[in-house]
Amino acid sequence: MTGVLERRAEGSAGPTPPVTMAGALNAALADSLAADDRVVVFGEDVGVLGGVFRVTDGLARRFGENRVFDTPLAESAIVGTAIGMAMNGLVPVVEMQFDAFAYPAFEQVVSHLAKMRNRTRGSVQLPIVIRIPYGGGIGGVEHHSDSSEAYYTATPGLRVVTPGTPADAYRLLRQAISCPDPVVFLEPKRRYWAKETTSLSVDGPGIDRAVIRRSGRDVTLITYGGTVATALDTAEAAGGEGWDVEVVDLRSLAPFDDATVTESVRRTGRAVVVHEAPSFGGYGAEVVARLTEQCFHHLEAPILRVAGFDIPYPPPKLEQHHLPSVDRILDAIARLQWDDRPEVGRA
Amino acid sequence: MTTAVPPAVAGLLPTANPVGLIAPDGTRTGCDDPSLPDVDILRELYRGMVVGRRLDAQCTALTKQGRLAVYPSSRGQEACEVGAVLALRDQDWLFPTYRDSVAVLQRGVDPVEALSLLRGDWHCGYDPYRHRVAPQCTPLATNALHAVGLACAAVLKGEDTVALVLLGDGATSEGDTSEALNVAGVRRAPVVFLVQNNGYAISVPLAKQTAAPALAYRGVGYGLPSVLVDGNDAAAVHAVVRAAVDRAATGGGPTLIEALTYRVEPHTNADDAGRYRDEAEVAYWLQRDPIVRLGAYLRTTGALDPAAQAAIEAEAEAAAADLRARTAEDAPLDVDDLFAFVYADAPPTLLAQRALLHAELADGEAGG
Ligand SMILES: Cc1ncc(C[n+]2csc(CCOP(=O)(O)OP(=O)(O)O)c2C)c(N)n1
Ligand SMILES: [Mg+2]
Repeated sequence: MTGVLERRAEGSAGPTPPVTMAGALNAALADSLAADDRVVVFGEDVGVLGGVFRVTDGLARRFGENRVFDTPLAESAIVGTAIGMAMNGLVPVVEMQFDAFAYPAFEQVVSHLAKMRNRTRGSVQLPIVIRIPYGGGIGGVEHHSDSSEAYYTATPGLRVVTPGTPADAYRLLRQAISCPDPVVFLEPKRRYWAKETTSLSVDGPGIDRAVIRRSGRDVTLITYGGTVATALDTAEAAGGEGWDVEVVDLRSLAPFDDATVTESVRRTGRAVVVHEAPSFGGYGAEVVARLTEQCFHHLEAPILRVAGFDIPYPPPKLEQHHLPSVDRILDAIARLQWDDRPEVGRA
Repeated sequence: MTTAVPPAVAGLLPTANPVGLIAPDGTRTGCDDPSLPDVDILRELYRGMVVGRRLDAQCTALTKQGRLAVYPSSRGQEACEVGAVLALRDQDWLFPTYRDSVAVLQRGVDPVEALSLLRGDWHCGYDPYRHRVAPQCTPLATNALHAVGLACAAVLKGEDTVALVLLGDGATSEGDTSEALNVAGVRRAPVVFLVQNNGYAISVPLAKQTAAPALAYRGVGYGLPSVLVDGNDAAAVHAVVRAAVDRAATGGGPTLIEALTYRVEPHTNADDAGRYRDEAEVAYWLQRDPIVRLGAYLRTTGALDPAAQAAIEAEAEAAAADLRARTAEDAPLDVDDLFAFVYADAPPTLLAQRALLHAELADGEAGG
């Protein structure tokens, strides 16, 4: 199966046009709907409007109102009915319009979606995908910029994944839809319009794997979702300062790919974890704890975190102070006790 | 055998046709229950709607100039925004949504303070206690429960306070709406629920929201008397909200009001309404404009002469000019605010983060 965008490209003789993350997600939904008639897509404004970010654009027209439809405005109802549908053999892919508007569904997610397999000793499985545009950086007013990943990663039974690039958005979403476990699929909304020249394919790293986006010798930046691009920009800038930076894109926040991440950190001996969510009790705390347990004797410095402040997400005109920036990550790299190894990095 | 509706139920049901006092052509309808508000109130309603619409248009214009991050217009819904607020007494509370900036202004909140949210300066730019206006609420229907709680507290404290909560048609689908109606009914809370049914929740039409004959019928299941009103008739909205406020204030409990109106503009300036509705529908509703209607009634009854009309329009222009002038420059923002209000006293962890930000900013200045 090829994506709609690829198919469009196949017809023309020219090079593959760049694809946005939103376009890649749209293609993944279209291809999943075409490949498996158990797949249904529903949520608020996903039908004729095509979603507020246009991720479901054209799907209702192409697959009909029985496969792609608008629901009444009720997130608990969306997830709760998805659970019932999945119990009866469907594969629901539902949309929460924004991160903070998923909270009314929280009980259905944590008390039922996450636990059903375990409660029924494996009898009832819920292959549901909950798509959630998440994170800040788009100048959104309150409740439109939350990084809510830790609420979900703290809940055993849920897979939590987030793509950092358009190609991976396609791959991960298709993998999520064919996964037998429930998946919280976090879409970094500020990267929706990021473009990549790529062909869309489901092949590649599996749903539970982290990938090394850029190899480097001196320090590992560990990140995911919206800050993957920030980390790659930081790596470029760090080159000018004499640091050879490796960037690991986690992709799967839960479960965690210990093998890929520890291999990198053991090699470089230094690491910084980057995310937008507040640092206190945030996802990075788990990453640092695991790496400390598993890489302690390889570490040249404590693992640092660059994260949002421990505050409610700021209003649009102040959000730039909150978001991890290239400079803030470079500052953290500079604090990784390079003086002990004067031959590396800034003196 | 006929199945008569028991009187206890019939007393809760809305009328089959929406309550209307002034018809779209500006003539008086035959309805006398509720009675037409006094002419002074009618003039106030007209004035509020004209000024409100002008400010609303100014806000939409400000989005185009990048002075507002986003603006959800209430153009066409002025009869609800103004009619409901004018029915409140000073001691009452308003629980508005993101859509209800005009209602917030009508309550007396300074426009620049009210627009802090939409300029992207701060989440709530006014002190809710000053005018008894809760922060404009974005998570749908959550404000309904706050209104119920505030009203219950008023009863416990022996205060004469009524809470008016504004909801959209889409918001009625959220569980919180049902929970709020139920708690209010059980506790006979002095609350008025006003649902502005403007036809859409972003792109989703009412038909996909409910199978009920009308949203007003949602009240009966919770024991709430329910009213269906022409939401583009400011006189009628004012009269039914006023009656509900009076009943709530005298121990009669909550009321659910559904006002039939229409969202003339897209959901926000960022929305593309052409994707889901056609112009003919908008044109139909423009014919039922709340301002034109009340203006026509006032003029034909001699209650609004050209001089008074001109004075109101001048007031609206002046308000818009004042808003333009006061939003022409970015408001000065203090990064310390990021840390100042998270807790009653900022803990050391936050003070350390604040210090880090200060150091970065000083560094940036020194470097740049
Ligand atoms: C809990 C929640 N879910 C989703 C949203 C996103 N959202 C914002 S406005 C809106 C439509 C609301 O429609 P309605 O209640 O009819 O009010 P209107 O915008 O028409 O005034 C939606 C879905 C939200 N704000 N809160
Ligand atoms: Mg609506």
